[in-house]
This record gives sequence, C-alpha cells and structure tokens, in this order.
Amino acid sequence: MIPAAFDYVAPTTLDEALASLSAHRDDVKILAGGQSLLPVLRMRLNEPGLLIDLGRIESLRGIRDDGDALVIGAMTTHHDVSASALVQEHALLISEAMTHLADPQVRHRGTFGGALSHADPAGDLCAPALALGATFVIASAGGSRTVDAGSFFTGLFETAIGEDEILAEVRIPKHTDWGARYEKFVQIAYQWSIVGVAATVQVEGGLFAAARVGLTNMGIVPLRAEATESSLVGQPATAETIAAAAALAADGTNPPSDLNGDADYRRHLARVLTGRALRAASGVA
Amino acid sequence: MTSIRLIVDGRQVADEVEPRTLLVQYLREQLGKTGTVIGCDTSNCGACTVHLNGRSVKSCNVLAVQADGGEVTTIQGLAPAGELHPVQEAFREWHGLQCGYCTPGMIMQAVDLLNENPSPSEEAVRAGLEGNLCRCTGYHNIVAAVRHASELMANRQPVGSGADA
Amino acid sequence: MSTTTTDSTSPTGEIGRDRRRKEDARLITGRTRWTDNITLPGMLHLAMVRSTSAHARITAVRTDAAKAAVNVVDVFTGADLADTVGVCINAWPITPDQKTPTHPPIATDRVVFAGEIVAVVVARSAAAARDAAELVEVDYEELPAVVDLADAERNQVLAHPDLGTNRSAYWKFDSAEAGTGGSVEAAIAEARTTGVVIEREFRQQRLIPSFMEPRSVVVDPTGEQITVWSATQIPHILRFALAATTGVSESKIRVIAPDVGGGFGGKLQQTPEEMVAFAVARRLAQPVKYTETRSESLLSAHHGRDQIQRMTLAATTDGRVTGLKVELAANLGAYVALVGGGVPVLGAFMFNAIYKFPAYHFGVTTYFTNTTWTDAYRGAGRPEATFAVERLMDELAAQLGEDPLVVRARNWITHEEFPFTTVSGLSYDSGNYELATEKAKALFGYDELRAEQARRRESGDPVQLGIGVSTFTEMCGLAPSRVLGTLDYGAGGWEHASIRVLATGKVEVVTGSSAHGQGHETAFSQIVADRLGVPFEDVEVLHGDTMIAPKGLDTYGSRSLVVGGEAIVRASDKVIDKARPIAAHLLEANPDDLEFVGGRFQVKGTAVAGVTIQEVAGATFVAHNLPEGTEPSLDADATFDPDNFSFPHGTHLCAVEVDTETGRVSLRKYSACDDVGVIINPLIVAGQVHGGLVQGIAQALWEGAQYDENGQLLTGSFVDYLLPTTADTISFDLDHTVSPASSNSLGAKGVGEAGTIASTPAVVNAIVDALRHLGVSNVAMPCTPYRVFQAIQQAVGQKSASGGNPS
Repeated sequence: MIPAAFDYVAPTTLDEALASLSAHRDDVKILAGGQSLLPVLRMRLNEPGLLIDLGRIESLRGIRDDGDALVIGAMTTHHDVSASALVQEHALLISEAMTHLADPQVRHRGTFGGALSHADPAGDLCAPALALGATFVIASAGGSRTVDAGSFFTGLFETAIGEDEILAEVRIPKHTDWGARYEKFVQIAYQWSIVGVAATVQVEGGLFAAARVGLTNMGIVPLRAEATESSLVGQPATAETIAAAAALAADGTNPPSDLNGDADYRRHLARVLTGRALRAASGVA
Repeated sequence: MTSIRLIVDGRQVADEVEPRTLLVQYLREQLGKTGTVIGCDTSNCGACTVHLNGRSVKSCNVLAVQADGGEVTTIQGLAPAGELHPVQEAFREWHGLQCGYCTPGMIMQAVDLLNENPSPSEEAVRAGLEGNLCRCTGYHNIVAAVRHASELMANRQPVGSGADA
Repeated sequence: MSTTTTDSTSPTGEIGRDRRRKEDARLITGRTRWTDNITLPGMLHLAMVRSTSAHARITAVRTDAAKAAVNVVDVFTGADLADTVGVCINAWPITPDQKTPTHPPIATDRVVFAGEIVAVVVARSAAAARDAAELVEVDYEELPAVVDLADAERNQVLAHPDLGTNRSAYWKFDSAEAGTGGSVEAAIAEARTTGVVIEREFRQQRLIPSFMEPRSVVVDPTGEQITVWSATQIPHILRFALAATTGVSESKIRVIAPDVGGGFGGKLQQTPEEMVAFAVARRLAQPVKYTETRSESLLSAHHGRDQIQRMTLAATTDGRVTGLKVELAANLGAYVALVGGGVPVLGAFMFNAIYKFPAYHFGVTTYFTNTTWTDAYRGAGRPEATFAVERLMDELAAQLGEDPLVVRARNWITHEEFPFTTVSGLSYDSGNYELATEKAKALFGYDELRAEQARRRESGDPVQLGIGVSTFTEMCGLAPSRVLGTLDYGAGGWEHASIRVLATGKVEVVTGSSAHGQGHETAFSQIVADRLGVPFEDVEVLHGDTMIAPKGLDTYGSRSLVVGGEAIVRASDKVIDKARPIAAHLLEANPDDLEFVGGRFQVKGTAVAGVTIQEVAGATFVAHNLPEGTEPSLDADATFDPDNFSFPHGTHLCAVEVDTETGRVSLRKYSACDDVGVIINPLIVAGQVHGGLVQGIAQALWEGAQYDENGQLLTGSFVDYLLPTTADTISFDLDHTVSPASSNSLGAKGVGEAGTIASTPAVVNAIVDALRHLGVSNVAMPCTPYRVFQAIQQAVGQKSASGGNPS
C-alpha cells in the first residue's frame, strides 16, 4: 500500500517534462492520471527513481476540432472525453467505450493519453482507437512525430513511445454519422474486459459503406477484425450479413487463457459480441 | 520532501510530504481526517473516495503532491458542523449502512453522482456507484437511499433563494 | 401443539418499530474510531515479512540490512519471539484423536502456507517498516505442497509430513446409531431396487470473507493493563486466548474492539498478527500498530467453505425421501483454526433441513493442505448443508418431473407438527413452511414467471429463464452450553448483560455481544426501552471493551439477539424486581400490590400516579429513604444460557436469465419470505437479509479463492477475487411470517445468516432450471459465464451424441 520512495517533478510545460525525461530516462515513470500507475507503485511492482507528473501541463488538455479530425490532448480526462459533444458527434465509438471504462472516480482522474500509453490489452480504449484509425502525436526534445494506430501498440503494455518521448495528443479521424457500439464482456462490473468488441459502421442506402471492428483482449495488443470488416463492405445491413461477418471475428487471434476463460471461449465470445456490436451499431434488430 | 498547500474541508493547510505519500495517507495521518478510510490496495473498493476540485476521486489513487493547490472535501467537510447533507440524511433514513466502513466513500460518490445527474434512475444509480464496494448491505438500501436523497435535494430550496433574498 | 404464525409483526411499543439506527450519526459523518485511526505517543509500526512459499523449510532469515535501515527499531524472527508469542488455539477438537499441529503465530523452522508470517519489522513509520521488510531475506528449502482438497484426500503429498497423513479427524452422526431414525444404507438399498436414488458430488468452493475494514491491531503495554485494540468480532475470546497462551494474567489484559468494519466470521479469530503485535509491544515496552493491506488480508486472514460434498438421496417413486447420506471432505488449510473442523460439524444437523427424512447419515473428514487456514464464514457449515440438500430436492423433482415446491411440500414438516424432533436429533420449536412458501410465491409471481419460462423455452430464446427454489432453515443462537459440551467445544454459549440505572434516570446497558455493523445499540435500546418503559434515547448500549463489558462470548452464529438480547431482558427484569420494594416504600404500598406498566409502578386498580423507574432510580441514588436493609442500587446482571437453538426458516425464489450464447447469468428477480421469529426492528432485519442475500448470491455467481498448483493464491486482490457491485446486483422483494421462537422470551430467532444460507442454492437451482431442457444438471460454483457456457456445450454435445435424448 506504500510505494517505494521516489523523487517527483511536476513541470508546467512539455519542454520541461521532456528535458527531465532525457536527464533521467533509465529510472523514470511518466505520471499522467495515475489510475493504472499508482496501483503498480503501491504494490511495488515497479520502483522508479523519479516520477514526472504531466498534470500541470495545461497544453496537454482539451479536445479540439481540427477539420477532418478531432484532436484529444493526452492529459484530457476520461470524464471530459465522455462528456464531450464533439466526441459524441464525430467519434461515437469512443463515447460508447467510455461508459464501460473503469468507474466514475477513475474516469475523473484517468487520462485518454495515459490509458493508451499504458496499452493494457484488456483496456477499453485501445481497440476503439485502433478501429477509428487514430494517429498518435509523440513529442521528444527534437520535435514530434506521428505514429498510426496500427504501429502504436507494439506489445504487452508496450507502445511505439520511446524512452525519451511523451505522448502529446491523439488525432481521431472524424467518423461523423457512423453508428457505434462497444460490447464489453465481464463477470463483475469493475473487471477488466474478458473480451471487448468495438464496432463502428457507416450504413448508406441500406448497405454497409464502411465497417471497423476492434477487439479488446484477444491478443497481447488490440486487434482489428479485418476479415469481418472486409466481408461487410458493400453488403446489405441485415442480420444475416452480420452473422456471417461476425463468424470471422476471431480469425487469426491468439487470446489469453486465464480464470475467466480459455482462448477458445474468448474466440467464441469475440464472435458473439461482434455480432451484437454490429447489430447495435447498424440498428439491425 | 515536497511542500504542498491545499484547502481541505474549507481550511487551508500546508505541509511537507514525501512524494510517495498517497492523498488518503496524508488526509488520515497528517491531517487526522480519519473519516476517510482505506479498504483495498488496488483502487477497487472506493472506501477512500473524496472530492478533489469538485470531483470524486479515490484518494488512494492520487498522490498528495498531485493535489497541491487543490481543494479537497472529505466526509468530514461535506456539511457544516451539526448539519447533514441530504445524502447523509438519506443513508440514515433508509438504512443504507451497517458497519459503516464503506459509507464515507459511498456517500461522497453518491454526492458526485447526484451533482452530475440530479434525478437518476435505479440503473443510473447502480452504474454510478460501481466503483464502491460494500459487503454489508447488499446495496439494496444504498440504492434506495441515493434515490431518496435525490428527492430530498430536489425539494430543498436552493441556497440563496429564500424569502429574504 | 402448533405455534401461532402470523403474517407480520404489529409493533407494541418499541418492539417492532423501524427505529433509525443510533450508530449512524457517527458513521455517516466520519466521526469514527476504527482501529487503524488510533495513534498513541511513541507508537511504532509493524510490517510483516510473509512466506512466499506454500511449504518449505526456513534455512535462514537475514535481518541485518533491515535492522540497519533508518528509522527501524528492530526486526524479529520466529526464533526471537518463540518464547513469548503464544500460540493460535483450536477451541473445538471435533474428536478426541483429532490431529492438531501447533500453530505458531510466527513461523520458526517451517512454513506451511504462502502468506505465513516469518519475520516482523518494527519501525517509526509504516513506510519505514514496509521499506525495511523488503530488505529481509529468507532462504527456503522448498518442500512438496498439497494444495487441492481432492489431492489431500489421496495422502501422497503431505501438508505436515510429521503427521504421516493429511487427515485431521473423522466425525460422524448416524441416525440408526443415535436412535433418531433408521438405517440410511437400508433406505438406499431399497430405493435402488424400487425407488429413486440421486447421487451427486458438489463442490463448496473456497471463499474469502472480505469484510471491508482490513484487520488492524494496536497494542499499548505502557499501563498496568496491556491494552489491545483490535478489529475483531471476539474481544473476550481474544483476551482469553492471549492470556492462556502467553502466561500474562487475564486481569492484566484489556481488549477493545472499537468500531469494527464487518466480520462475517472472518474476524472470529485469534490471529497471528494480534499475537505478534502483543509480543513485540511487550518486548519493546512501547505501543505498536499493525494494519494489514487488502492483499495481505485476502492472503492470510482465514478463508471459508472449501468442502467436497458426496451426497446420496433415497426416495420412493412418489417422491418421498427415505434417506440421506452425506460424506464430506473439508479443507482445514494449513492449521486447525479457532473453530476449524467444527464448521462442517455445525452443518451436520442441517442437511435434513426442513424435511422429515426417516434416515440420515453424516460423516466429515477434515484434511490439511498447504493453503490459508479456513474457519467460519457467514453461515459456517449451514450454507453448505442447505446448498446440498436444496440442490438435491431440485434434482429429485426434475427426476420425477414435478414442480420443485410440490416435492418439497411432500417432505417438509407441516406447521401442525411443531415441535418436531428431527432425524439429526434437534427439536424445532416453531415454523410454518407452507405459509412462507405461499407468501413467497405470491411476492414472486411464481406462476407468471413459470409461464414466461415456458414461452422462452418454446421459442428457443437465446436468453433462457430459470427459477430456483430454496426452502431453508438454520440453527441459530449459538449455543446451548450443554450441547456445545456434548460436541467437545471448548467454551460455553451463554451471554451476559448488565443494566445500570443512573442517578439521572438514564440507563446503561452493558452487553458481552460485540457488534460490528449489526445495529445492536439500536435493537438493544429498543428492548430495554420497552422493558423498563424509559425513552429509547435514554438507553446507552456499551460493548466491545473487556474493561467495560468484562463478561461475554461475543458475536457470531446469529446469537446476539436470541442469546445476548435475552440476557438483557433478564437483567431488565431484575432491575424491575429490585426497584419494586423501593417503589412500594415510596408509595407506602405493599410490593405485591404494585404493577409495573409503561415504566411506572402503581398500585393495581387505582388511578394514583405512582412512581416512574427514573424516580425510583433517583431515590435509590440518594438513598435517603429506602426500606430497611435495602441495597442502594438498581443495577442488575444476567447471564443467559439458552436450552435450545432457534430455527429461522424461509422460502426464497430466484429468477435468473441465462444468456446461452455467452453463459452469462443475470439476476432477474429475487423474492424471499423469511421467518425470523418476532422482529425487534424491521429496518435492521431487512438490511441483514439484503446483505446476506448478496453474499450468498456471490458464492453462487462470482466468488472463489483459487490457488495455482504451487499453492500461490491467484485471487490475491479485489482485481481477481470478485465482489459484486451495485451494477451486478438487483433490489429484492422481502416478506415475513412470524412464528415466535420458544427459546427466548423475545420470540426472536436470529437473522444474520439467513440470507446467505438460503440464497446460494436458489441461484444455482435457477441456473440449472434455465438449462435443464438442454441437458444441464449441474454447474460448479461460482457459476461463471465460462463454466455455464461449458456446461451447455457439454450437455448439447452429449445430447447430440446420444441422439438428442436428454434423459
């Protein structure tokens, strides 16, 4: 319950934070909202020498409309994202997932960028970000670079963010008027997802014009159900098409086995939940 | 040690703390705000819920240094001395507590919930309290208490709108 | 004879009033005194170094680095404390030949479960203690560990190799031998040829009590008495155990249970942590505090349940049960705990439940494993028994193609038959199973839900509806001392109360029952206010401190009201008896001519005002004008030892929806009609039932402690040990019948465990009922989505393999 001792800095600019990071890179942890990091520190599963708290860097907070994309500052809280009308309008899938993410108190502190950087395979934001084709703006002392969602999640709790880099913001291409649904499967409300399915679709004239399906906890990184997506495009938005597409949802996945179920069960759940998410997202009974 | 200054239950406080000090430990051990308690080490139980800058947080999951400059309200500062917040009243009236250990956190979260949604359905109450564990009540009376608190608050004159305004 | 059962309690005075709780004013404002809130001048903090191995020889404990750390005062190993730390006791050796290995609070040469204390660090702050604990190095020579109960039965790997066996004891009851019924073997043999035999093996998974307040202990050795504050259910038993095993005189120990945040049996223990803190405080002559983390609590505070139940039920083809045979294996964990093997023995009398079984056999073998020790958890033995028999009654109904309530009614004791001596030898004093069932069905809308179930089955709805029944009884009010004696329990079952009438007319009630959330202060105040005719607000209930309440046997087994409450009634009556001659003297009347009504003594048949008990108290205090030779005191004590248990009962009905595509179970509706005898405070009773229900439902659906094959606890935090939240549960519909108990003058039966005992089988029966048409006849607990899904897959697989015939 008591973390090991560490030093602490709370810079007010991103540049200061990056400078501290370069100076201590071996022995440092970035503190965003802290909702995943502090439990780890309390259990002494990690004992960094320095915490760099991004909480006082105002430039990292906020949601703005940037033409064809929404830009969400890394330090924007889950609560602020879920309350955002912009997100509701242009990235409904994120709003949907937010209602399932952790609990109200955690949503008040936890941050959008923090959760994505933590890259928990059972976390509820990674698959939606992947499905929406988010791009990640990563800052370093030398400037910033952009990484697309397909390359951002590199392994179990691992991302493309380098040792001397900080995630600054996330750009989400607008999916205005797309239907969306996040299906989270748990035994108990506060659990991490056993399996989650993030589906967002564009239906035009009764046909699927586009479909994106992200899978939570179906591997060590969030996945796209690509076979499902491609089988839907151009097809009529009916229960039959969805059923056929959902049957492909677990293809090529390698989910974990644990107390909540084995890999086969998770594959089965992914198929069932994909069907449900697609039906809800497309308004098919 | 790091210097912090904040407002807790309406009073200014300033202290030196180790950066690793959790907000809940600071409240309990340095300020003597023992009304706020610790029930777990994984941030699941919500017993330590307080308000930080007007929003409910699990004070085991916030460092005291992160709260520097902020304003904290605990169960001990929720209502003026000798008075009860309508949610406190409702918990007593509807028997929403037994051992009382989860109660401070449960009440603080319920207040936040009602601030956000003044007249929640049963389902909304249940969703809004999912970050707080209780082992005694089976939640039945907690949910009832929160819904009745919402009525109490709706029927109460807002501050400043009295006859002498 | 039959007792009168009524539909509801009608309040007369305080009894039956829904008084708001006195306790709450403090609890809702944070004005609380949990043990961890206590700080004392010079108080030191303890951190435990716990075994990382489930079974190992300790070859070295290196403490130098920890001792050298800044702000560390000292570090002690088992060897350092061995002479003074005492032992953890087993109060209930269930047989004379029970194997009971010594349970040292801190291990010396061997650890037998992961989480056992091997060293303790003492420092100026909790943080310094924790930091230094990380510096203590322990060398282990690993020994093979036996973890699973079924493995323990095989006796190949031994938890305690020196015992030569994992078996601790075998305890049995047989109705033919006891003369309380016939031969089970004969009944089974006959049923095999002409009747129905149902054989099942049920697994009672291991549960963790998970009280919300982690355990904490503060010991202050600086006074003449050593004061121990502890988050315990049993301050009196703890005081006895500390004294008996450390050699410190009982009179030099004061134990205080301040505000205690739940227990559920989990704080019914003399804990190693208390013993270690006591020893360290004495050694250093300074106050110390230890507060566990939640992870430590889940790992090392005692667990509950963990039985394999092998059941054989014999019945006639027209659905009359002719015999029940029960063979249990019970997992003690690494040591025989305070109650230990007594937990399954408490269940021995309850497998026959509300039924008139003519033959009964019960046997339990207790086993050691290299896991956390087990002991009482809410219901203790009785939920296990109720689960097994209520599951079997549903299986019998299914086999016969009958409604489960009809089969039960054919076998239960009818209300005219009370008092009824059961096949296990208990005398049930009162009850009305018919009325409770009728009311529960009405509340539930039983027929409508059955109709909906049929519709969904018909239409092949992927979400199936199941209805589960549980008609339960329990034995409460632990316990008649005489009975405990015949069972070799190490103490009595009485409870003590004192009443002090103060000079101002206020009344102090001292009880030996120590509440931790049950609302004793309120309910006991109601009893005394009613009895003495004083205002509810004028009664103060004192408890939980051995210096204030020196005699008591504490709180567990739904005993507080039926045993402790009755002691209060009797002490109140003694107060009235002492006041009567004084009142007569003041009224210049004959004591025999006085009646005591509404708190006032008056001459029978006259309209003269008389004197109130408060006025008598004032006169007694000044003692200016008392009858010759009268002691100037109204204070009185009573110790009550019941001559029988009480037997609450009820009918619980649960509807669940099972998503057959995922295996997920959702609660749809839950209705219960309980008979807990006369209700003192309906608000508190409802709260007890609600909370009990969710704990029992949680056993059915979510909770289960799991170890890996090396004895490492996999469910070591609330991330993995799943407690339900508001979002997982529903609101309940409750009703009551009232058949007064005869074991106490209040007519109360006890309510603390009812919900937990009844609900688990109701839920599992509902799940099986939802899926029976698919061929499912059991799902192991907790009925996780994964397990339910597997059960469906297996059943459907078998059905298609056997050509679609589900028999």
